[in-house]
Amino acid sequence: MTLKIVKPGLATSIQDLGRPGYFHLGIPEGGAMDRLALRAANMLVGNPEDAACLEAVFMGPEITFTADVSVAVTGGSMPIMVDGEARDGWTSFTVKAGQTLSFGFLSGGARIYIAVSGGIATEPALGSRSTYPIGALGGFHGRNIAEGDELPVGAAPLVDEGRSVPADLRRGPGSPAELRVLTGLYWYRLTEKSGENFFSDTWTVAPEADRMGYRFRGGQPMEFVEREQPFGAGADPSNIVDGCYSYGSIQVPGGTEPIVLHRDAVSGGGYFTLGAVISADMDLIGQLQPNTPVKFVRVEMDEALQARADRRAMLEKIRKELV
Amino acid sequence: MAQIQSPLPGTFYHKPSPDAAPYKAEGDAVAVGDVIGLIEVMKTFIEVKAEAAGTFAGYVAGNEAPVTAGAVLAELGD
Repeated sequence: MTLKIVKPGLATSIQDLGRPGYFHLGIPEGGAMDRLALRAANMLVGNPEDAACLEAVFMGPEITFTADVSVAVTGGSMPIMVDGEARDGWTSFTVKAGQTLSFGFLSGGARIYIAVSGGIATEPALGSRSTYPIGALGGFHGRNIAEGDELPVGAAPLVDEGRSVPADLRRGPGSPAELRVLTGLYWYRLTEKSGENFFSDTWTVAPEADRMGYRFRGGQPMEFVEREQPFGAGADPSNIVDGCYSYGSIQVPGGTEPIVLHRDAVSGGGYFTLGAVISADMDLIGQLQPNTPVKFVRVEMDEALQARADRRAMLEKIRKELV
Repeated sequence: MAQIQSPLPGTFYHKPSPDAAPYKAEGDAVAVGDVIGLIEVMKTFIEVKAEAAGTFAGYVAGNEAPVTAGAVLAELGD
């Protein structure tokens, strides 16, 4: 059984839950930008939650199937068609041998996850099938999928059609999207006024935003507390002596455009990071289109931990519905 | 009047580079597959191609305008 890629879409890649454990070597965790959507897609077709799916951004691919298989599409909103006939998102359906899956225009969110029963069965690299194109690691020959590719799929029984994630368990960003932030080690570098502006300004997603980082613009330029730059730090006030970057950390090169580091980000460098988006809200970033308005909301650790617990509870509810 | 829609969200450009002429001007013949503009997103420029033939009737979305997927970019006359 293979998936024949008729049209690849834009930067469509094989992703699972990623390859934790190598970030200290500069190899990012990778994996789905919207982890809850990937888990749900897998559960809908009877796969383990960490099976490999296709992540398509902004536009869908066109795929022909060589055998009967169960399919589910989660994440952003995009019309789903099998041989031109509409199918529902967040719901399992069968695609028969010879049929073609295609998509219409994206109407909400940014990324869709296409799960097939049996999962995509390319060779794992460092414990994961996730594609990290810059490192030519994982995925299909270390790259995003291309026209004419034939992706192997594991053997698995079909599941019932119409298995569905209830609407209240499908999570996506509002508009403006609200991203909760914990301030961090280098917060002290900003003036009090700039710190206030960061949270009161409305930012918009820049078109450059991708799997490495989500860039935002439209807020006021930041001012830094004056200091003599320490030995080893660059001359710009946004520079530090090289430090570690965490998943979700927010750097602001030159003090102008904040960048939230995401799944394929580098693990360290010489820009100050004012804080980090909390783990519970990182999936929402994966569903942000360019030009979406965004507000950063300041929270403390107890709220961040509560949000994480809430997300776990939501995942548990989806499991109860589907597994 | 046929419409050419944006396949994805991003920034729309009428021209291949800032100092070049627009891809199409009103009255130009358009063949299937002709490039009528570019969409920039994720540091990539994607060519927008006509899926029908006709006569170019004009751009609907402005040069350097932010567009959503499905937004009408240009119109074609018969």
